[in-house]
Amino acid sequence: MFNQYLVNTLRFDAAKCNGCGMCVAVCPHAVFAMNHRRAQVVNPTACMECGACQVNCPTHAIAVESGVGCAAAMIRAALTGRKEATCGDAQCDAS
Amino acid sequence: MSQTIRSTTSRITPADCWDHFLARWAINRMGHRVEPGLYALGSPTPESPVFVTANYRLSFDALRGALAGVDGYILVLDTHGINVWCAAGKGTFGADELVQRIEATGLAEVVRHRTLIVPQLGAPGVAAHEVKRRSGFKVEYGPVRAADLPAYLQTRQATPEMRRVRFTLADRLTLIPVELVGGLLPLLVALGVGYLLGGLMSALAVGTAILAGVVLFPILLPWLPTADLSMKGFILGGAVALPFALAVFWRHPDWAGWLQVVAALSLLLILPPITAFLALNFTGSTTFTSRTGVRREIFAYVPVMAWMFGIGVVLNLALRFLS
Repeated sequence: MFNQYLVNTLRFDAAKCNGCGMCVAVCPHAVFAMNHRRAQVVNPTACMECGACQVNCPTHAIAVESGVGCAAAMIRAALTGRKEATCGDAQCDAS
Repeated sequence: MSQTIRSTTSRITPADCWDHFLARWAINRMGHRVEPGLYALGSPTPESPVFVTANYRLSFDALRGALAGVDGYILVLDTHGINVWCAAGKGTFGADELVQRIEATGLAEVVRHRTLIVPQLGAPGVAAHEVKRRSGFKVEYGPVRAADLPAYLQTRQATPEMRRVRFTLADRLTLIPVELVGGLLPLLVALGVGYLLGGLMSALAVGTAILAGVVLFPILLPWLPTADLSMKGFILGGAVALPFALAVFWRHPDWAGWLQVVAALSLLLILPPITAFLALNFTGSTTFTSRTGVRREIFAYVPVMAWMFGIGVVLNLALRFLS
């Protein structure tokens, strides 16, 4: 109840994993762990969709729709019809 | 063709602390920058480690401040004055900038080894294998926190604890000034509207609901029940609205019972959504909310917030004609 964070877009294809362990190293929420020289998703609901694992996976075994979980940015984007700025275009983005 | 190498120290001066203080209060928010490029820390040799960071003053200072007694190089990427994690999410702290900065600084001629220590939270923007292919440098992900670097340098292995991002009370307290500054204008407008429509008590009630969302919420975050930030906000908002709702009964003892109940109810409908909305907006400041989850929160709770607030305001205005 009252938990919208039980689903996310993280998908892992174990067949493509080469066991390099980069996903284990880069994940700040310990979603992955090594098991018999293959990565394994051990804590799927902790994923915050930062995209670090996908970006650093050399064999494209990981897919995740990465983005920043920021309600202010999403609501602003919905209201103005502009692209979702990750940290408020006026606040954090110099460009 | 290498550019000049600037020098820096691990000493954090009072002037640095003052700049950090201003940054924490969102004063000249985009102006806390360090010149991108290569810095020598202490007396590095061609064998010394290379640390990569963003050109945000707080990031650069956290790094060099943690490296007391270490001789090394600091490669500062141009992230437009944004911290490592946010810039990585945007891609400005990324493989392209890193590879270009390696070339522009002539790093390959400065050091003999081919390893870069990149902060773990830079990983969303940096594909290590791509940096290796394009520059010859191997990316080694260091710990999340610069403070763990001395321990990390002993073994060049991060413990699972060093790899976990946290959101401690200290972390959350640090964010409150920025939240306060961001909420100042809405707060003043709400106070004004509250005062004009309902007098001092209404202004006080609305101000309390806003401050609960901006100050109390970050502090109490892990202890508020349920997982959704909106729900946590509703609970906190309900708790701070309750005294104002109860106060209706002794402020207007002459009113009919049903009028008192409606007046109290209107406050319980108006105030909690204010706190809950501010709580929902805090998702962007946390270290754990996913985009999917936040989107689901928006769809699940924003309509509830809007209906509650709207009905409460209508009830409250209707009371003015009835009482």
